[in-house]
Amino acid sequence: MIVDLPRTTTNELNKKITALREEGGAITLGRVLTLVIAPDSLDLVEDAIDAATSASREHPCRIIVVVPDDRLASDPRLDGQLRVGGDAGAGEVVVLKISGPLSAHASSVVLPFLLPDTPVVAWWPGVPPAVPAQDPLGRLALRRITDATGAADPLASIKGRLDGYTSGDTDLAWSRITYWRALLASALDQPPYEEVTSALVSGLKTEPALDILAGWLASRIDGTVARAVGELKVELVRPSETVTLSRPQDGVTATLTRTARPDALLPLPRRETRECLAEDLRRLDADEIYHEALAGIDKVQYV
Amino acid sequence: MTSTTLPGTGATDDPVPGVVAPAPASYRNPLRDKRDKRMPRIAGPCGVVIFGVTGDLARKKLMPAIYDLANRGLLPPSFSLVGFARRDWADEDFGQIVYDAVKEHARTPFRQEVWDRLAEGIRFVCGTFDDDAAFTRLAETLEKLDVDRGTGGNHAFYLSIPPKAFPQVCEQLKKSGLARQQEGRWSRVVIEKPFGHDLQSAIELNKVVNSVFPEESVFRIDHYLGKETVQNILALRFANELYEPIWNSHYVDSVQITMAEDIGLGGRAGYYDGIGAARDVIQNHLIQLLALTAMEEPVSFHPSEVRAEKIKVLSATSLAQPLDLTTSRGQYTAGWQGGEKVVGLLDEDGFSKDSTTETFAAIELEVDTRRWAGVPFYLRTGKRLGRRVTEIALVFKRAPHLPFDATMTEELGTNALVIRVQPDEGITLRFGSKVPGSAMEVRDVNMDFSYGSAFAEDSPEAYERLILDVLLGEPSLFPGNAEVELSWEILDPVLDYWAEHGKPDPYESGTWGPESAFEMLQRSGRDWRRP
Repeated sequence: MIVDLPRTTTNELNKKITALREEGGAITLGRVLTLVIAPDSLDLVEDAIDAATSASREHPCRIIVVVPDDRLASDPRLDGQLRVGGDAGAGEVVVLKISGPLSAHASSVVLPFLLPDTPVVAWWPGVPPAVPAQDPLGRLALRRITDATGAADPLASIKGRLDGYTSGDTDLAWSRITYWRALLASALDQPPYEEVTSALVSGLKTEPALDILAGWLASRIDGTVARAVGELKVELVRPSETVTLSRPQDGVTATLTRTARPDALLPLPRRETRECLAEDLRRLDADEIYHEALAGIDKVQYV
Repeated sequence: MTSTTLPGTGATDDPVPGVVAPAPASYRNPLRDKRDKRMPRIAGPCGVVIFGVTGDLARKKLMPAIYDLANRGLLPPSFSLVGFARRDWADEDFGQIVYDAVKEHARTPFRQEVWDRLAEGIRFVCGTFDDDAAFTRLAETLEKLDVDRGTGGNHAFYLSIPPKAFPQVCEQLKKSGLARQQEGRWSRVVIEKPFGHDLQSAIELNKVVNSVFPEESVFRIDHYLGKETVQNILALRFANELYEPIWNSHYVDSVQITMAEDIGLGGRAGYYDGIGAARDVIQNHLIQLLALTAMEEPVSFHPSEVRAEKIKVLSATSLAQPLDLTTSRGQYTAGWQGGEKVVGLLDEDGFSKDSTTETFAAIELEVDTRRWAGVPFYLRTGKRLGRRVTEIALVFKRAPHLPFDATMTEELGTNALVIRVQPDEGITLRFGSKVPGSAMEVRDVNMDFSYGSAFAEDSPEAYERLILDVLLGEPSLFPGNAEVELSWEILDPVLDYWAEHGKPDPYESGTWGPESAFEMLQRSGRDWRRP
């Protein structure tokens, strides 16, 4: 069910939420967190809600979307929308469109909707603040999720994360490559048990997930790590063996090639935003490995 | 990650093709880091051989669970699945069987690319358990997979077959060299309940299995232990400050563990007749639930530490005496269940008219530790009961002094903490609350935590978790040899007593068991909860 409340106040919205809940029975038991989504423009809203409601099936949560509408309006204005039941996954969605002078004070409209005691996660699907933890919304949150993938300059964007890093930050480009990392790690569990002397990460120039993958490798191995633009693959070179994990750019099946061993095919489609988001909501503690990977990008040689 | 190298029993042979050398102690995988909690545990190169692929369990649980694991990306690229049965099938025919099972029963959505990869590793070996040549073919098939797909000589043998066939299959695996423990590879065996039918037979079974597979390579599946709620018992008890202080005889009046099923035994006579409810359910599932509920805090979550605590509490557990007053057994008769007319056990196909197999069993156990002295543990299980439910209920004592007069608390029961294992996994806390209104009146209310709503979708099926643990070599969720033998030791006296005394009490299908089950609690002024 979708209920629109134009020109409203947070108080009225909260009353409406309680009323809807009483009408429909206790539909929102056991929510484990509040997810605040802060897109920088209206056209990001629907995709973000789709991804979040899908992730909410794994982590039931209240989803609050706060988005600037008409920034230049002279009067402050709040338009609200509530979605519950089938339209809201395993939780409820509160959409807050803020206009005029109010559009600079997103945190003030969000605060009344945070669930008591449960952790808050902030997600910027568009352009995030330079230092997420110091943003008024970011300050409410225990975990702050950015997404370099859609940025105008993805590389600059992911590189910039290091300067603004605070414990609890993470980027969806990082969760996009979790299975790639797991496969590479299990490849190194097997012989020859040798050091990795160098590595190559190649793929689209605009895929920041690969930059951070290269950064991760650079932070873990002693050899050089190169990032190239070209076919999608990762190579780990050891003295007597090369491990290659490659996939056609738009394919769903990857190939794991190792010197003198049979090739192995494995399903490895690109992860969608909702899966990345669900993974990021799974742990709310600091991701130190992510921090190290960000720092590692500086060591990567761009070829 | 998975290089749990077992001490080699054979001499170090010449390198076998397809088998990898173990990692030297000095090797550290640079890409692994304990702090990297995102990284999923993917099993190392390996294959699974299922004996009894035509059975219900294999079709409904094992094959779908394997697909679900693959779909979650937790199986290695080299993963292979080998079926062994007495059918004249080619690999593709078996592949079709797996495909149908996956389509019908898998929990995760079907993805063609995942299936294609899984299908490449599917093989079938036709043969009977007494056919040496078939096991030689099996060995060849596995060796070929080691080379072609890189399974690395790591094999898990899943015996989804009647226990009487265990000795023969184990013997064959030994003869064909498949059970041999060697450096750098593993060979594990997975067996399902029942683990024997009494202490003596359990010891014999363990002896047979252990003569071929060392204890650390034996994984006994009790699928209840793979359930999220059951694992959550440990989290609830030991990760919280709230419950442990009251988790003892000062506050707990009694503990009731129930596993009820609404189905009957039509078509299962071959397995069930002569076994009965106590052997089928109490010996494994319910006693394991009791152990987890009653055990002391382990010093760590290392499998051996958890096992040590379970063994400790089980060795302090015994039947309450005298058995004629503290136990009850029943057999369902015809009746109406949930709007359907059903027949009694004696009229089910395959059961003899004078069968004394019990379909309902209830026992009272004492746990002689300081924590539990004087607290009865009631365990009951049955078929054709009111509804399908499994739960553990801690019933608390009544508050010692009530400043209310009797009329105010007429409707107040005792507090209870209920761990709902299935269905609707979760926890219920039952306590008294004032009824709104001008009078002071107290009535029972429930506080509910539901797994379904707090962590909705991703909880893996019990078999998924257990199969993955077998492939990773993590024994924490599997009952050990000693636990199995101890639970028989607890149960044997009542089985003997029942065998010597009369027959089960009849109870109408769709009710909560025979009269004797209720009397057994009423003698001490208690009542079964209606789950």
